[in-house]
Amino acid sequence: MKRYKKAETNAVDGISFEVKAGEFFVLLGPNGAGKTTTISILTTTLSPTGGGATIDGSDIVREASAVRRKVGIIFQRPSLDQNLTAEENVRFHAVLYGIFPYAPTYGLMARGYRAKVEELARLLGIAREIHKPVKTFSGGMRRKLEIMRSLLHDPKVLFLDEPTAGLDVPTRRTLWEHLTEVRRASGTTVFLTTHYLEEAEEADRICIIDKGKVVSFGTPDDIKRDLVEEYVLVDATDRSALRDELARLGHPANGGPPFKVQLNGHTVHSILRSIETPLSVVKTHTPSLEDAYLEIVSRTSE
Amino acid sequence: MSEASAILALAHRDFIKLLRDRQRMVADFAFPLIFIGILGTSLQAGFGDRAGGLNLLDYVFTGVLAQTVWQSSALGLISLLADREQDFSQEIFVSPISRYSIVLGKILGESLVALPQALGIIVFGFILQIHIGPDQLARMALALVVIALFGGAFGVIVLANLSSQRAANQIFPFVLLPQFFLAGIFNPIQNLPLPLDVLSHLAPMRYAVDLIRDAYYGSASPIVLSPATTNLAIIGGLFVVFMVVGTFLFVRAERNR
Repeated sequence: MKRYKKAETNAVDGISFEVKAGEFFVLLGPNGAGKTTTISILTTTLSPTGGGATIDGSDIVREASAVRRKVGIIFQRPSLDQNLTAEENVRFHAVLYGIFPYAPTYGLMARGYRAKVEELARLLGIAREIHKPVKTFSGGMRRKLEIMRSLLHDPKVLFLDEPTAGLDVPTRRTLWEHLTEVRRASGTTVFLTTHYLEEAEEADRICIIDKGKVVSFGTPDDIKRDLVEEYVLVDATDRSALRDELARLGHPANGGPPFKVQLNGHTVHSILRSIETPLSVVKTHTPSLEDAYLEIVSRTSE
Repeated sequence: MSEASAILALAHRDFIKLLRDRQRMVADFAFPLIFIGILGTSLQAGFGDRAGGLNLLDYVFTGVLAQTVWQSSALGLISLLADREQDFSQEIFVSPISRYSIVLGKILGESLVALPQALGIIVFGFILQIHIGPDQLARMALALVVIALFGGAFGVIVLANLSSQRAANQIFPFVLLPQFFLAGIFNPIQNLPLPLDVLSHLAPMRYAVDLIRDAYYGSASPIVLSPATTNLAIIGGLFVVFMVVGTFLFVRAERNR
């Protein structure tokens, strides 16, 4: 739980969830839902007002240093030092995490470090620019550099706080491909916050929060099933006959025409087969995650 | 071991930043040169023969030397606030190193940034034909290292109570300017009236300035207020207090928003 100073309500209000090792987990919610606050608490940069959490067995309050060693973070706002070159930013990180001892130039750093930098730079496609100042990097390259940096200490959990916000579509897509690649290669648990739904469709599990509370939790399919009605729309030239038949079959038609028949666990096929009135229109409705999301968000704001 | 490495890396980063920021290097040199070149020279020219054998140019030179290094180091610590606003501090603060290492690395880095300025001022002193012997120079160099570290620690305690760069820019003149006079950079503080004398003893900069004058004039000189050992003891004590309390407050402000 977190209540900011001078705030009247809790920014994060008693949310509770579990993420399995190696999972791709998405925390979804509209702006101001409490996503960043949740991540800040989990990564120990913010103290919770109440409650607790453990990451890989380490308590985020009492064992903050151990937690910091186990997590990698891509912040919502870029956190690179503009005055340094890309490699210097990476080196700074490597030394702060105690992976390699400090040396004043790249050439003097441990061989293992140089090999790792070259490998990661190649993986993320920034091998040519690695010794250039970060100032000259585009937004997409900066993000890649941050991802590269965060992977240097082999984190158990990689937190990404809206990593693709503000990037154009092609950049977003390539970045996403790189991330998938990285996830496959390292087996790291990925904890992502986003409000781009297509990024969440791929998730193992999704937690949707709004106004600091969990509103839905589960696999993308669970969430779709729970939150959005699936139905089939039917119509016929002989409408009154169809209406009577639907009522007889236990699918009372509300509204229409066309008539909306809730699936309620039946398949579209079985419903259609049971109708004998000749149909003139059949439309199935299977919601996307986006529909589910909009549904949830509009429900809580009422 | 890894903490020491991290401290070096933090210090290194600050030093690189200075080297890549030419504008700042020029600006850092301008003020001391104005104080010594114009104020010091004109005081000596106007009042020098009435100062009872005291060379006012030397007096201002030593005062400004200590003040510049101390202040540069203290102001440099503000960059922790700038980092916070640019969100770079997130990267530092999520790393597993001790918070004290972070602050210590920062103090060390800003000291490295402040000391080249001292070199510039000393070269300027030679140009103005201020006499500095080799033994004086050696003692002053040691004193300046202490002063730079002390200034950095002072920066931490001030900054721990501030929330933004803007607040720092507004507060720092009020914290520094009175100390210019209470520490006696330009003016004598031997015979201050009691209230001012009390304030002078409370001004941390006083001990930095007195330490450099001890190194320059020698401990027998009447210009020196307290023996070097006393100054060093006070500076050492304040350093620890500023460091520990400052770091504690700064970290608390970071985490409990």
